[in-house]
Amino acid sequence: MHPAFSVIFLTTLSGVGQGLFLALFTGQSYAALGLVRVNDSPTFYTVGSFIALLFLGAGLAASFFHLGRPERGWRAASQWRTSWLSREVIVLPAFMAVVFVFGLLHYMGWDPNIIGADNPLQGQLSLFVGMLGALICLALFVCTGMIYACIRFLQEWHSSLTVVNYLLLGTASGFTLATAYAALYAPNLLTLFGVWAAIITFAGLISRSASLIRNARIKYKSTLQTAIGVRHATIAQSSQGLMGGSFNTREFFHGASQLMFKSIKWIFLVLVFPVPLALLWAGMNLHAPALLLAAFVVQYLGLIAERWFFFAQANHPQNLYYQTI
Amino acid sequence: MTQLALVIDLNVCVGCHACVTSCKQWNTSGPAGYMSDDNPYDKDPTGTFFNRVQSFEVGEYPHTETVHFPKSCLHCEDPPCVPVCPTGASYKRPQDGIVLVDYDKCIGCKYCSWACPYGVREVDEHLKVMKKCTLCVDRIYDTALPEAERKPACVMACPTSARLFGDVHDPDSEVSVAIRENGGYQLMPEWGTKPANHYLPRRKTRIQIHDDELLRADNPLKKEGRKPRVVIDEHTLDDVTSW
Ligand code: SF4
Ligand code: SF4
Repeated sequence: MHPAFSVIFLTTLSGVGQGLFLALFTGQSYAALGLVRVNDSPTFYTVGSFIALLFLGAGLAASFFHLGRPERGWRAASQWRTSWLSREVIVLPAFMAVVFVFGLLHYMGWDPNIIGADNPLQGQLSLFVGMLGALICLALFVCTGMIYACIRFLQEWHSSLTVVNYLLLGTASGFTLATAYAALYAPNLLTLFGVWAAIITFAGLISRSASLIRNARIKYKSTLQTAIGVRHATIAQSSQGLMGGSFNTREFFHGASQLMFKSIKWIFLVLVFPVPLALLWAGMNLHAPALLLAAFVVQYLGLIAERWFFFAQANHPQNLYYQTI
Repeated sequence: MTQLALVIDLNVCVGCHACVTSCKQWNTSGPAGYMSDDNPYDKDPTGTFFNRVQSFEVGEYPHTETVHFPKSCLHCEDPPCVPVCPTGASYKRPQDGIVLVDYDKCIGCKYCSWACPYGVREVDEHLKVMKKCTLCVDRIYDTALPEAERKPACVMACPTSARLFGDVHDPDSEVSVAIRENGGYQLMPEWGTKPANHYLPRRKTRIQIHDDELLRADNPLKKEGRKPRVVIDEHTLDDVTSW
């Protein structure tokens, strides 16, 4: 498939926003349960939610560049019964709304006890909203992943690993950003975020490698024989019926050289996993927020390469019909 | 239930692209808007088509055969392109099984083209909506046309009658008979899309002729050639018959 930058930015940016929100919610839950020291900076969660919203909003904006007719975009919410794309179109703004409310509750300091006045748990309402947000956030990862995983003849994508990768890689980048953010404004959460960022990044390495191994062994179900229905071992296309290219030759081929294709795989494997892990470790040990910020930037750039490779690697059966001019 | 479809006879198609041009002519002039082109008379011409004719070489030289292969939307009975559409612009008509795109609803997200294994949906680069074969839905029901012309433009144009059009659910229709009697098949059956369009395979038409069929033993002309000679020592009919 041809990697479209609009979709690359949509999925990576919204992944960061989702992961960052999950990190904020994790931080608040740990603090409420007394597992980490409660935050001294009252604006930490508010500003954090705002940053998450910025990423989500940027992702949403990028998605509009993918549409031929963005002015009709609202129609995309109508087929949620059958279409994962439609579900994502509903869940993304819903998630943004919950993140907004979460940030607003923290900003207003409006946190009545909803379980019971004598319950020692602090910030019950925002925790409840946060839990709701975390559920919607997971649903959003599932929607995004399923958009690709549900197309059964794109065999590289048709696997539960696709959903797991979207979940783990998005969450990892958000936690890495949260680590850098905490290093600057909430040192009590630094270790929590940093350790989780490392664990999730490592889990992402395992699941992404698993999908790379799986994809290297794929046996394609469609062949030129089934494509034109001629049972002969040797078939070669002599004309695709057009000479100057068409939508079919532009949308379904990545067009990069084999060398570039292979190098992008190694680039993302290095940038998404070992380099951020090393930077996280160094930044936490040296208490250097700049290193942690670098960890996030490197990981995000790596994820752009990862997403490019994710699209480029998928081999559409229609390509069988477009082999020669 | 009706399921309109095309049956394309690969045994007859000569790859002349008449269906491609007549399709483009009819559909670019229709009420649904033009089908845009870029550089039509220049370097790298490109444009939107509902129908393409491709060619494949089967076998190894010198035992090769060229198969011309027209390709358009197959109007699948279980179309994977329809449920993925987020706007409902892509739909399958219940009354005749034609799969259509509502150009007023389509947002041009291209998701349906990813979900079609056959690569027959093409985005119109200028109108920014998804386009595909409509089976000339604006033609086949047009009562202003003479009955014989209520067929898709490609079917009308084909000089070798390689394209048949009809209801594949009616067992007695021309298309169903052709599929049944000539080994009609579907493309990429492995995905369970159940394409309504069928293809008829290459067929060798041979008759078995034996030598004795070329040289008829009982040829009456030859019989006359071997004229019976009069056998003298036998009685003639006149001898034994008393008149
Ligand atoms: S051939 Fe493709 S576009 Fe046509 S109905 Fe089947 S899946 Fe949809
Ligand atoms: S391109 Fe149009 S028809 Fe295709 S899935 Fe998107 S909205 Fe539906």
